[in-house]
Amino acid sequence: MLQEIAWLVSLALMILVAIGFTFVAIHSGKRADDYTPMQVRAYRLRSKLFWVLVLVLGPVMVYNLRDLPYSAGHARAAASGAPAMVIEAKGYQWRWELSRNSVGVGQPVEFHVTSADINHGFAIYDAELHLVAQTQAMPGYTNKLNYTFSKKGTYRVLCLEYCGIAHHNMMTEIKVTDL
Amino acid sequence: MAHHNYIAKPDHGAELSVLAYLVTAGAVLLLMMTFGLLMRLEQAQLINMGPMWFYQLMTLHGAGMVGIAGMAGAAIMWHFLRQYVDLSTPVFVANLALFLVGVGMILGSVLLGNFHGAWTFLYPMPAKSMGMWSQGAAAMFMGGLLVIGVGFLLMHLDVARAIIARYGNFSRALGWPQLFGHDDGEAPAPTVVASAMVTIVNVIGLVAGASILTMMLVNLYVPGFAIDALLAKGLIYFFGHVFINATIYMAVIAVYEILPRYTQRPWKANKVFLASWTASTLMVLFIFPHHLLMDFAFPTWMLVMGHIIGYMNTFPILIVTGYGALMVVFRSGIRWDMASKLLFISLFGWAAGAMPAFIDGTITVNYVMHNTQWVPGHFHIYLLLGMVAMVFGFMYYLGKAHQADEDTLLDRIAFWGFTSGTLGFTLSFLYAGRESVARRYAVHLPQWIPYDRIGSLFAALVVLSSLLFIARFLLRLGQAGRNHSRAPLAHGSVAV
Repeated sequence: MLQEIAWLVSLALMILVAIGFTFVAIHSGKRADDYTPMQVRAYRLRSKLFWVLVLVLGPVMVYNLRDLPYSAGHARAAASGAPAMVIEAKGYQWRWELSRNSVGVGQPVEFHVTSADINHGFAIYDAELHLVAQTQAMPGYTNKLNYTFSKKGTYRVLCLEYCGIAHHNMMTEIKVTDL
Repeated sequence: MAHHNYIAKPDHGAELSVLAYLVTAGAVLLLMMTFGLLMRLEQAQLINMGPMWFYQLMTLHGAGMVGIAGMAGAAIMWHFLRQYVDLSTPVFVANLALFLVGVGMILGSVLLGNFHGAWTFLYPMPAKSMGMWSQGAAAMFMGGLLVIGVGFLLMHLDVARAIIARYGNFSRALGWPQLFGHDDGEAPAPTVVASAMVTIVNVIGLVAGASILTMMLVNLYVPGFAIDALLAKGLIYFFGHVFINATIYMAVIAVYEILPRYTQRPWKANKVFLASWTASTLMVLFIFPHHLLMDFAFPTWMLVMGHIIGYMNTFPILIVTGYGALMVVFRSGIRWDMASKLLFISLFGWAAGAMPAFIDGTITVNYVMHNTQWVPGHFHIYLLLGMVAMVFGFMYYLGKAHQADEDTLLDRIAFWGFTSGTLGFTLSFLYAGRESVARRYAVHLPQWIPYDRIGSLFAALVVLSSLLFIARFLLRLGQAGRNHSRAPLAHGSVAV
């Protein structure tokens, strides 16, 4: 799960930053009067740190550009080769209108997402309430969201762009059954 | 244990106008923090105010916090910058006056007119309220933001005038002759470099913000004047991103100015420093598409640009400013008091908060975390434990009566209360984001409530600690305006 990775990596990086600050705070009391040699050593360490960051973050940054959700082929790798089923999805204050509410497992779906009034966020949550895919629903634009449901169950569509007093009630369901 | 001899060096007290900014910022901050706590308590189902009140408080909390961050940041920048350039006090005061007028309009719009379109006022929501607020209330809210923006624009134009009068042009104020040529050690002070950067980005950002606000105000009364929703969103997030980031870049001037006084070590504007500020100037202007990663219709190359700059943006924060602070403090014999502790922890907050932030700016991660509580999770770290901690550090610095004064036990407890409270509060948000909890929901699903309850507890700790910080500042207002030696300068050390 991507969320779990994001959480663990963030936590690890924040702990690393905390270790750096704690180390310096602990070693801040006794003054080294000659700052210059320390500066030279510190600048040298900083150059190393710079390259470590480049070498670690660079590949991660590039790797994460390889399968963007914007392409029509996104999320179809697991599919059985079936053509994508198109579902029209339109947001209204404060409800969703889907051209159909049931999908087969493994069936690639292309949601054509738009809005009849103001901005909404079309977010698909699985049966365990984990966010699995999303795009914005904007008046005047149609965003194509490709997703293949891999498990049976009742998925929910929540609104993830604040749209007024009943924003939190703007939900609908998608039933995922055997093909 | 080391003992030091300290030499007293008189330091400028704050102008009355700076104090007025800080008092305003402190008062509004406390009120907005209380609104934030009420929102968390509502989500935790420990109180019951209803969705209307929740979204009204959410609108005030967002707009108010962005506004006071701007005011407090401006106070810090103005206080230190006027020691290098000749700034206009009337223009600075005019910004405060316009801010108060704008706040009055926003409060009226929300509390009397029931406007609750969020501080992001995404087009065309202000005009399409489903009968929940009037056209007048929407106009009052956007007009209030416009008035505040005009005030800030005036202030930045005055800063631009003063910088050009002293340094000739912005490239010299950014230290480009030293950056791209021979570093003769004569680059402008970090305060000037930071102020030049903030002025460049904020003038552009404020003009973009004022443009979309004006367009939307026209649209409100002439619906035939339609606006492209994606263009509107782009302009709003461009302005919003630049403005809120500029508050940190203004507040960090307190760290550049005060930490060296505590450590008796210079924070020099060397080539790396200058390069990082020039890079930040460009990155702050071009990173904004990372707010639109889920707008698939936005040009893909711009979304990829947002993703890439998100990663690059961590470099100046981590290895220039954060690392610079560590260098200045390491084995410095620093005297730890409330001011130095808050300023030191503020750079931790900024650097630590940048970690979940750049991860959120990764397109594939954003796909499953955009507009979840992961987002308030990361921005509360670098704004609350970063930017706001810088402001509190500055307040303690100004209010210090005598250089050797000890902090009370209560202040020291409040420091740890604020630090642990902010960490607990933000980690509960981040964890909720991991669990896909939606942000900006008045009513939470039953599965989400435990995180809200934990978050509420820590939020209460933050509010209480901040109340003490601000009360202490108000009690020391008289001292804050006087010229005297605030930060002791360590001058040699004797081991005993």
